[in-house]
Amino acid sequence: MQYLHKYASPKFFYVFAGKLTPWLAALTVLLLAAGLYLGLFIAPADYQQGESYRIMFIHVPAAWMSMFIYACMAGAGAIALVWNVKLFEMFAANCAPVGASFTFLALATGSLWGKPMWGAWWAWDARLTSELILFFLYIGYMSLEASIDDPRRAARAAAIVALVGVVNIPVIHFSVEWWNTLHQPASVSKMGTPSIHPSMLAPLLLMAVGFTVYFFTVALMRMRNEILERERHTTWVAQLLENES
Amino acid sequence: MSDFLKAIACLLRRDLTIALRRSTDVLTPLVFFIIVVSLFPLGLGPEPAVLRTIAPGVIWVAALLATMLSLNRLFANDHADGTLEQMVLSPHPLAALVLVKVAAHWMLTGLPLVLISPLLAIQMNLPESAMSTLILSLLLGTPVLSLLGAVGAALTLGLRGGGVLVSLLVLPLYTPVLIFGAGAVAGVIAGIEVEAHFSLLAAFLALALTLTPWAAAAALRVSLD
Repeated sequence: MQYLHKYASPKFFYVFAGKLTPWLAALTVLLLAAGLYLGLFIAPADYQQGESYRIMFIHVPAAWMSMFIYACMAGAGAIALVWNVKLFEMFAANCAPVGASFTFLALATGSLWGKPMWGAWWAWDARLTSELILFFLYIGYMSLEASIDDPRRAARAAAIVALVGVVNIPVIHFSVEWWNTLHQPASVSKMGTPSIHPSMLAPLLLMAVGFTVYFFTVALMRMRNEILERERHTTWVAQLLENES
Repeated sequence: MSDFLKAIACLLRRDLTIALRRSTDVLTPLVFFIIVVSLFPLGLGPEPAVLRTIAPGVIWVAALLATMLSLNRLFANDHADGTLEQMVLSPHPLAALVLVKVAAHWMLTGLPLVLISPLLAIQMNLPESAMSTLILSLLLGTPVLSLLGAVGAALTLGLRGGGVLVSLLVLPLYTPVLIFGAGAVAGVIAGIEVEAHFSLLAAFLALALTLTPWAAAAALRVSLD
């Protein structure tokens, strides 16, 4: 615990994150460039879906990220609630906008892919629907966070929302899946996921790792801003500003 | 122990008495429920076949919205006059007290909705064979709505725009109950076996009964800080 408190002190973390961010940003650019190049130019066209399947290289990692970030947010929220670590409060709060953006990206790309594949912008497909509800959960989290002025109180209330949500997400997901099978027997043709050729898998994984690194980069940058804002009355921030100006 | 039981009985009696003395509080969600359901035939046309297919969904969605509208009554008045702080300070576990308050809330919101629902079902041309399913599904589902709503109500206590905020927080969590509640009624109309729907609704109720009082109690502690 004492290590946690040392490394999680805002002052230490501000400097540490500042050193880490450029490297993470560079890694993000490399991974995304490689993933997009392999995905858009090297990977062969799908025998059924032609070229339009390539949107999957954005869509699938974005959908993964939307769930991964919610889990991160809930985990960080739990740590913040139990041990009262400020840093995790900030991490959880700064996860939400990034997670919501990825959820929106997954929804938008899913809809773009659905137009040529299903012939409709929107279908009440199980995964699309649970992604939509996840988006609503993110919005609820952010609006609650935004409507409480005291940042510590906001973080603790939001952490409870995230934890309630994380218990509910599997329930919602499976409910929607079952609802979908009851209402739409095999009217939606899904992508043949069971086997995927390595030439498509490689860019997919690169994009997924790239998005993950991007998420941590942005989260760290946002956290640095928030640390400055929250600690603006402390001496170390004053010194920092003096040195920089 | 007897002290604890006495406190619970006292709190339940108190909540029911206060609500019954302000009977408009109890009636408003109920009237809202009736009006919303009655609007659908006006919007969609009085075709009996159409009404029958949409009836389960319409009644369930209206029940969801009516419950949600009544949520601010759960803690807001007690918060305003300081009773809630006394409850937090009392030696009894807050989660248990929350559970009692939710039970009182359900008796005054959920139960009237269940009781009036057959009338609306007749209005919506629901076949008589589906009536018992509708009542049973609402009986199992509405307590879950009150329990989940308690978490939302506790979190938004005393916030500006709390009423709209609570709907953002709570409505997405209501989807599983809606799916299986309305699904059970629609299933009976379509002639599908709906035992699984009831099992799942009962499972949601068991899960909500055990988990949400803790979450709501934690949320109240945060809100009263």
